[in-house]
Amino acid sequence: MRYLAPSVCLLGLSLALLLGVCISLKSGVVDVSYADIWRALTSSGHDSHVTRLQTIVFDIRLPRTLLALSVGVILALSGAIMQGLFRNPLADPSLIGVSSGASVGASVAIVLTGGAIQMSGSLGLSLVMTGAFLGGLSATAIVYRLATSEFGTSVTTMLLAGIAITAIAGAINGLLAYFASDSLLRQMSVWQMGNLSTANWYRLIPVVGVMVLLVGLAPRFSRALNALLLGESEARHLGIAVQRVKQQLILITALAIGIAVSVSGLIGFVGLVVPHFVRLLIGPDHRWLLPASALGGGLLLVVADTLARTAASPAELPIGVLTALVGAPWFIVLLIQQRRSV
Amino acid sequence: MSLTAENISLRLAGFDALRGVSLKASAGDVTVIVGPNGAGKSSLLKVLMGDISSSSGHVELNQRPLTEWHSQKRAKVLAALPQESTLNFPFTASEVVSLGRIPHQTGVQRDAQIVAEALAKVDAAYLQKRFYTQMSGGERQRVQLARVMAQIWEPSDLGSRFLILDEPISAFDLAHQQLTLALMRELADQGIGIVLVLHDLNLAARCADRIVILDGGKIAATGTPSEVLTESVIKEVFGVSVRIGVHPMTQTLMVIS
Repeated sequence: MRYLAPSVCLLGLSLALLLGVCISLKSGVVDVSYADIWRALTSSGHDSHVTRLQTIVFDIRLPRTLLALSVGVILALSGAIMQGLFRNPLADPSLIGVSSGASVGASVAIVLTGGAIQMSGSLGLSLVMTGAFLGGLSATAIVYRLATSEFGTSVTTMLLAGIAITAIAGAINGLLAYFASDSLLRQMSVWQMGNLSTANWYRLIPVVGVMVLLVGLAPRFSRALNALLLGESEARHLGIAVQRVKQQLILITALAIGIAVSVSGLIGFVGLVVPHFVRLLIGPDHRWLLPASALGGGLLLVVADTLARTAASPAELPIGVLTALVGAPWFIVLLIQQRRSV
Repeated sequence: MSLTAENISLRLAGFDALRGVSLKASAGDVTVIVGPNGAGKSSLLKVLMGDISSSSGHVELNQRPLTEWHSQKRAKVLAALPQESTLNFPFTASEVVSLGRIPHQTGVQRDAQIVAEALAKVDAAYLQKRFYTQMSGGERQRVQLARVMAQIWEPSDLGSRFLILDEPISAFDLAHQQLTLALMRELADQGIGIVLVLHDLNLAARCADRIVILDGGKIAATGTPSEVLTESVIKEVFGVSVRIGVHPMTQTLMVIS
């Protein structure tokens, strides 16, 4: 059964997201009132109170909230696209190898530049980002090449190749972790748990850019994805250029995930569960599923990030842990309800 | 206007699935392909649908090579129903059928009307709001049939329309088998060319304008039912001794085994 009309769902998610962003800007180690947020964003005065507010809101909180929002949108939207493309509600972006590749790339960068990170925080971090991005894209390229023959790209082979690449990546990661020093090991595991605390405007630009690109392009594919749910030959008979659609979708999701993961680290669960959750609410039609997943992913990550910053303040919890803690119980409730209705 | 295959040969994994098969399905005719298991029936349909390209020979749709058709234009005149479907997402029946309207730009209202009419045609109007994933095999197949019918619902200025079906009635009960075959005749009378694979020779005899018998990747016989369904041909192809009679009600041929 379906619980909501798609338009109601989209409206509700938009409002919740707006509210979530407001709360996220307000809360943190220092609690800032909404009036102060407004003052910080609009006034250009020079008194020290306003300047301090501006530093907190504009330099620290806003980029971080926007980063959480963008990464959430990218993860959930890519997850929805992958599930449609693979015709499997359990698919997620890690299936094409992008997350495991990025994780190896980040680990290699951390181990190789171990000294650099201690010397200069931002240089080291940028190297880790670059490593993760390159690792993610090369893993996807390998998976794609393995699965593509003269007859086109087989999603089944791609799935299996993704599993193999993930296994190899896990082994390399384990090996690096085994030989790494304690401090490097800690950095690697923190990266793998996901972390948005490095947010600044400079890092935000590529993530927001690729998020806008993905959100702009995804709706063009919603009919093709609907047709693909029937099967590849059925989609072809409906006039869809299946091979081209596959190539384009894999390219843009790998690019988006690669960039997002390189900045935020591994944040699991969002890409798998948000689209699944939305599908339970409003059904599998991609014309609604894609925008609703994007909003839901943004909302989940903004909420999880706010909790990560405030729950154990002044310490910070890893966001990847929180997305699972926040999202999974809801998902279990839905599964139980669905079991009853079937 | 017609859907023609000329001298098709197909090698799959080192063995000859089809050897020099030619077939012409005319608009307004029901062409039934029969033959033992592994005779190449599904392979031939896949070549006709453009799913696999033949090793030699070529397929023409309305006097134009199939490969030269723009995929979206082709979808407006050629619809195909494969043997099994892999849809495992909870679309409602109406949503599944409306996927058949993807190649067209006729607007939401007209599409909804066509979807409802197509579902009614296959006796599935009561399934409209039901989930595909919760339907029985026969219900699913009827919904898929409505989907391919909706795809070629209206005449096109791109030429005659064709519908290819691979064992469309395998999961149907007796009443729905009859209904579907009557529906095929109705569609043919609208000028649509129908190509379908059937297993039951009696049903083939009742609904076919032309029958093509495949055996071992080659055409064993082709012609009207009374030309091809003879005791000797059936003995030779299927290895079964039968008698041919006349159906007391429909006056069509009847194969008695």
